Amino acid sequence: MDLSLSTRTVGDRTVVEVGGEIDVYTAPKLREQLVELVNDGNHHLVVDMERVDFLDSTGLGVLVGGLKRVRAQEGSLRLVCNQERILKIFRITGLTKVFPIHESVDEAIAATD
Amino acid sequence: MATVELRFSASPEHVRTARLVAAAVARRAGVDESALDELRLAVGEACSRAVGLHAIHGLTSPVRVVLTEGEKSFSIEVGDDAPSAVPAPRDSSAGEAAEDTDELGLAVISGLVDDVEVISAANGGAIRMSWPASTPSFP
Repeated sequence: MDLSLSTRTVGDRTVVEVGGEIDVYTAPKLREQLVELVNDGNHHLVVDMERVDFLDSTGLGVLVGGLKRVRAQEGSLRLVCNQERILKIFRITGLTKVFPIHESVDEAIAATD
Repeated sequence: MATVELRFSASPEHVRTARLVAAAVARRAGVDESALDELRLAVGEACSRAVGLHAIHGLTSPVRVVLTEGEKSFSIEVGDDAPSAVPAPRDSSAGEAAEDTDELGLAVISGLVDDVEVISAANGGAIRMSWPASTPSFP
């Protein structure tokens, strides 16, 4: 399965819905999407990963890169994920301390720092 | 003798194929169903790393994946032809370390696999991993 990406705006948040597999082959597409959104002035991103089937360290690297970009603009990047096998990858790399991870898109949109 | 051996040109698009093949052979070899997700991820990480190393060194040779069914274990070796490099000392600020996907990849592998060995030599390196496997029951 390839990577699918769609975006929508809710207030000042931009929700990026990601589906499929994020790996060394598809991660550049996600990177391009995040860079483009930030360059276009979307600085508060919610990345919805509920439909992600596979995530590897290349994908993690892209998300960290996205986080650095939005933080440089005093923005935010929040993740939505309930899947244990995806959450495990964030835990073993210590990235649960870096990303705010929410159980639903609504919760992520409502969240403030 | 290897149960299945796979060689693929060092391009990112083939890493998924390697993951699928490894998981299929592992399932057949009796690796527990609950370990297959982790195995798939670990193999993908090892292959991504090998593909990256070949790209950095401008190598045109293929990446090798050797899947071996043992009596009580299933082992996977992912080999590359990249000359060994001594990792440069780095400060451990979270952002910088996390952006280094090679380091992240190895962190994921060592977090997932209990039995793992990373070998680097002048003429290439390899990651060897193994999982317990029960005697497969054939239909």
